[in-house]
Amino acid sequence: MRRGPISFVLRLVFIAALLAAWEAAVFYFQTPAYIVPAPSSIGYAMYNGVASNLYVSHVGATISETLLGFAAGCALAFILGTVVALSRTIEYYLYPIIIMFQAMPKVALVPLILVWFGLGLTSKVVSAALVAFFPLMVNTIVGLRSADEDRVNLMRSLSASRWQIFRMLQLPNAMPYIFAGLEIAMIFALIGAIVAELISSERGLGMLMQSLSFTMDVAGQFSILFILSVLGLVLNGLVTLVRRQVLFWDTSRDADANEASTTKGEVY
Amino acid sequence: MDAKLDAGLGNAWANGVISVRQLSLKYGRGEKGVLALSDISFSVADGEFIVVVGPSGCGKSTLLKVLAGLLPRTEGEADLKGTPIKGPRRDIGVVFQSPVLFPWRSVLGNVMLPADVQHLDQAEMRKRALELINLVGLTGFEHRYPRELSGGMQQRVGIVRALIHDPAILLMDEPFGALDAMTRESMNVELQRIWMERRKTVLFITHSTAEAVFLADRVIVMTPRPGRIGDEFAVDLPRPRRLDVMNTEKFGAYVRRVRAALNPGGGGLD
Repeated sequence: MRRGPISFVLRLVFIAALLAAWEAAVFYFQTPAYIVPAPSSIGYAMYNGVASNLYVSHVGATISETLLGFAAGCALAFILGTVVALSRTIEYYLYPIIIMFQAMPKVALVPLILVWFGLGLTSKVVSAALVAFFPLMVNTIVGLRSADEDRVNLMRSLSASRWQIFRMLQLPNAMPYIFAGLEIAMIFALIGAIVAELISSERGLGMLMQSLSFTMDVAGQFSILFILSVLGLVLNGLVTLVRRQVLFWDTSRDADANEASTTKGEVY
Repeated sequence: MDAKLDAGLGNAWANGVISVRQLSLKYGRGEKGVLALSDISFSVADGEFIVVVGPSGCGKSTLLKVLAGLLPRTEGEADLKGTPIKGPRRDIGVVFQSPVLFPWRSVLGNVMLPADVQHLDQAEMRKRALELINLVGLTGFEHRYPRELSGGMQQRVGIVRALIHDPAILLMDEPFGALDAMTRESMNVELQRIWMERRKTVLFITHSTAEAVFLADRVIVMTPRPGRIGDEFAVDLPRPRRLDVMNTEKFGAYVRRVRAALNPGGGGLD
């Protein structure tokens, strides 16, 4: 679908109209601010929060929890995914456990994680890592197994060792799947960190969300939702940036970057 | 050249580069097993261009996989240069039906793949790769990626890749099957030129009768279910052959001979 600059302007106009209708409805119906605040009061709350430096340390805490959890979860997911993909025996024994964990809503484990790892940074990192783990592990397995039979035969006909087949064929071939998994894992890590913060924490946007809820500051909560949304976009954008550098040869996703959810390999 | 060819044919059984005796291959075991190859015997002399022609399902690709060491044979003997085939070997090059290029490697990178796998001297192989890329007219495309090339260009890269480690034997499995008829004919002329320059022993598989006769020193016709040799004959046409050789009476006679072996009943409806 080709879109010109006019469509882009129309899109902005549409969003502006939506915000105006929201503002008008709140004003017209005299909706109390503790139920639905007007966009203008959300903007004001945001301005106050930024001006008083309230957000900075909490945003920093949430980002570091998310990134540390992402790194730890993805490292483990890649290693375990590779082991399972390369060994049918290990897969046979691990499969029931993997299926059990995959079906379980991982955030239900967060209260336990808080008991085991305390209220500080560690429990948030573990929670983020746990939630980020599965999408990448599943995509790593699928990706490593997706090598074309002819390509495997070519490598075998050259007397390639198993390690060479892995390094020169299976791994690069799996990269589109792995990056699709990393993009989801990044968002999932943010979810894991926020849920842990919501339940019990000393810092972070989730904890801030909770404390604003106690004071019925709904406009403040909306401003945090907005920050979280931007944070998600930025973190996801980081992965996309790296993917474009590494996967310059993969044309399957250039067609429409917006259709992230319909990409190959996103089995989770 | 004809004299050399005759000498090669005479000695074929004694010192064939490829020699296959009473080879058979069964997929699966027992009652349910399917006999893909039955009682195949032939021999290929050094520098000879052999074409195996047959319909799909006649086991010709299976035969190639056995020679490439990718499939174990069920019965019989198969030797390359006097030693039995036990698995993949470094002195053969294989060209597959599709180009089988790695999209993350450039043209040069793809051609260098066998050198990387077999830890050959990088500088020397790189020089050789550039020569070979030039030989197939792809100079200027060394650093392009497969997605930027046409189907014919991709298959040329696939052929050159099979030559980089200087294998004595080239096995080609319907390499031009996916190309349009006109590109295919020009690739046939080009392959003949490469072969005349490099003089590898070639075993080429196709289902095109015209392609078989055009390229071959000797044609082996395979018939299906189970795959066995229906006919085998030498093609006595001078080289280099040009495309208009296909219009000659002699060429037509060879094509008819292939067709007769494939359709013993005359090829009409029963």
